[in-house]
Amino acid sequence: MEIRPILSTLRRHKLTASLLTLQVALTCAIVCNTVFVTSLRMARMNLPSGLAESELVMIDSTDLASGANPLVRHQEDLAALRDIPGVKSAAAVDALPFSGNDWSNGIQTKPNEPPQLSASAFNGTPEELETLGLHLIAGRSFLPDEYIPEDSAHGYTGIDHVSATIVTRSLAKQLFPGENAVGKIIYVGAGPTTIVGIVDHLLRPSLNQPDSVERSMLFPMLPDSNDVTYVLRTAPQDREQLLKTASDVLKKLDANRVLQNAQTFTQLRNHYFQRDRTMIGLLLASMLGLLFVTALGITGLANFWVQQRHRSIGIRRAIGATRGDILRYFQTENFLIVTFGVLLGVILAVGLNLLLMKHYELPRLPLYYLPIGAVALWLLGQLAVLAPALRAAAVPPVEATRSV
Amino acid sequence: MFGYYLNLALRSLKRNPALTALMILTIAFGVAASMTTWSVFRAVSGDPIPWKSSKLFVPQIDNWGPAGHGPKDTSNEPPDAMDYTDAVALMRAHRATYQSAMYQIGAPVLPQNPGQHPITAIGEAVYGEFFPMLDVPFKYGSGWSAADDEHRAQVAVISSHLNDKAFGGGDSVGKTLNIDGHEYRVVGVLGDWNPQPQFYDVVNTGGFSAGGGNLFVPFNTAIATNMINNGNTNCVDTPKEAGFVGLQKSECVWIAFMVQLDDAAAAQRYKQFLDNYTAEQQQAGRFNWPPNNRLRDLMAWMDYEHVVPPDTRISLYVALGLLLVCLVNTTGLLLAKFLRRSSEIGVRRALGASRREIYTQFLIEAGMVGLAGGALGLVLTGFGIAGIGWVLPRDIAALAHLDVSLLITTLVVAIVATMLAGLYPALRAAAVQPAWQLKSN
Repeated sequence: MEIRPILSTLRRHKLTASLLTLQVALTCAIVCNTVFVTSLRMARMNLPSGLAESELVMIDSTDLASGANPLVRHQEDLAALRDIPGVKSAAAVDALPFSGNDWSNGIQTKPNEPPQLSASAFNGTPEELETLGLHLIAGRSFLPDEYIPEDSAHGYTGIDHVSATIVTRSLAKQLFPGENAVGKIIYVGAGPTTIVGIVDHLLRPSLNQPDSVERSMLFPMLPDSNDVTYVLRTAPQDREQLLKTASDVLKKLDANRVLQNAQTFTQLRNHYFQRDRTMIGLLLASMLGLLFVTALGITGLANFWVQQRHRSIGIRRAIGATRGDILRYFQTENFLIVTFGVLLGVILAVGLNLLLMKHYELPRLPLYYLPIGAVALWLLGQLAVLAPALRAAAVPPVEATRSV
Repeated sequence: MFGYYLNLALRSLKRNPALTALMILTIAFGVAASMTTWSVFRAVSGDPIPWKSSKLFVPQIDNWGPAGHGPKDTSNEPPDAMDYTDAVALMRAHRATYQSAMYQIGAPVLPQNPGQHPITAIGEAVYGEFFPMLDVPFKYGSGWSAADDEHRAQVAVISSHLNDKAFGGGDSVGKTLNIDGHEYRVVGVLGDWNPQPQFYDVVNTGGFSAGGGNLFVPFNTAIATNMINNGNTNCVDTPKEAGFVGLQKSECVWIAFMVQLDDAAAAQRYKQFLDNYTAEQQQAGRFNWPPNNRLRDLMAWMDYEHVVPPDTRISLYVALGLLLVCLVNTTGLLLAKFLRRSSEIGVRRALGASRREIYTQFLIEAGMVGLAGGALGLVLTGFGIAGIGWVLPRDIAALAHLDVSLLITTLVVAIVATMLAGLYPALRAAAVQPAWQLKSN
């Protein structure tokens, strides 16, 4: 295909062609970055929490009787809950991934130094690991004599005396890079705490800081405030039924309490990411809209050009050009315009990404997005131009003899 | 003449009905899609008070100086809360439309019914201006007056939730409530108001908190009755005196502050006032560093405090990018159409039309496309906003409002862009001698 005649035609439609080029460029830049942002969000939504998510249900209980001993209350409640048929295990906890209730503490690896980083604390009764389904990948679980109360009545000072902790793999790596963290001493409260085990995953209660979503640690501390969350593990199909039974059992045991947020873990996760899902849907819809408009623009302009050049197409056909030549002419023309657009678009995409990185703490756009975006736009352009180009190819040679 | 041009434009547009429809549809689609997504994005982007967030500002005063920053911290940002001295000074100066210092309280509330146990109510000690500043809805009664602030009146505003718990619901205005051992008169019961993020005090709530916002009492009353701070306290040096009074005299920061400034000029003046105030403090010897203040608007503040995920804002730009591409698209199509009409212009010029008349004709034709696209876009936006309720969860859909000023801007941009697209070919064609154009045909 000879490109020079196409270029000279395009030169006569400089403004129109460059506007189409600009449109393709903008589309390329926006689509590349939108897909990137969407993929980041999706990755965040699919983070493993570390829990046996499909088997868990939770109920928050707030005891209204201020005189009662919460530790005793929790023991009684748990005993009753375990007696419900179908309950594999039960625990009282003060935090869960996605619950939003975050208690973060600064961690020092040496005493009297500024804290290196902070991590979320998860406290619960001895069955916590087993109930949540956490995977211990090194070290051991907590020993019965390591459990102490949180001491919520005195500002949660249990943290100053707790002797053991289990951390996530990610936190262990950040605290002791390249070393075995099990057996190491850290300082979270006033006293030393030994890392006795490592779990593979445990997400923080809220994922606000994207680079530290797994800075979590478990403590052998018993929740002892009036507010507590009971977690029950059961078979996936029994969850809904269990929620009802468990509420009844707790109410019957002591009516002077408020039960809230009775839900499955799946519901908790869905609720946490509701906004993200909406956002992803809208981003994808806008992106498809953008591609659609660009395709329409290409078709519209090509149609118009075909109509305008009816006579010259006829002349070309009359002097020997085949239908294929005409078809390829318009396809090549489109390819050239889209190519210019894509070249400009790649620069714009990188520029846009740099801007977003600067203002919105976004990571760098992986370079492989650019060729994929380019190919997508080439395909889109070719698809969009196909109908007008076929119409052009169908112009009969006799058109040359007709006057306009 | 105008009617004649309208007629001409209609004829010309009818000549390529498909192209005309495409142009109008593209503009309509661009306007509708960007407006709909914009309104939804804004709802999910966590702006808790979208109609007013640009007027709400959080002042920050550097009362710590260089000592307040760790050795590694090079940002030179002032603390994100205020100490008592500065908060009271800013309240006394009263330079903004509305302003309120606030701190979190957690007080035992004794319900009226005997036999019921006390409840711990989490809330805020605020000034009376807090309620009009944040457009807080009331179910019964209202907030309190400046005089109540001044005289340390024992009045309280409670949430519907606390109203249900303490009084079993109903209009409780005028009833007394025992809070922290003192009798308070209830002056207002809030309507359904639990903004998430809890933007008025993000430092203490981390933005999202289900438990707070149930009790509001006057700031001065809370201070006078020793209602201690339930939120965070940050200190560089340990207070010299013990207890709550010691905290008030210290440079520890524990008070949130918010002001309403109605326009950019007011914000500029307020920033200047802050700088003057700290310069005075420097002269008085309290600070030995130059003024280092910030005045962020609410969204920038929440951004700074990492309340809203940073990538949410990006989505807003995607919506605008869509509109931009639609406009470029239509402009390109219009240009293609108009640039072809030099011969028609030649004929009209030869028949005696002036250049001005040519411009007018083309502008009207292009404007019609823009107007039709914009109008159709409006209709589609209506459908879009109505459709949101079907697709999205109710709490998000309820937040999705149409921004009228933005809509008008979009329409004007659409019409101006199409008219510019019409003007250029007219300018070019009208510049050439009519005879030459006739000949070249």
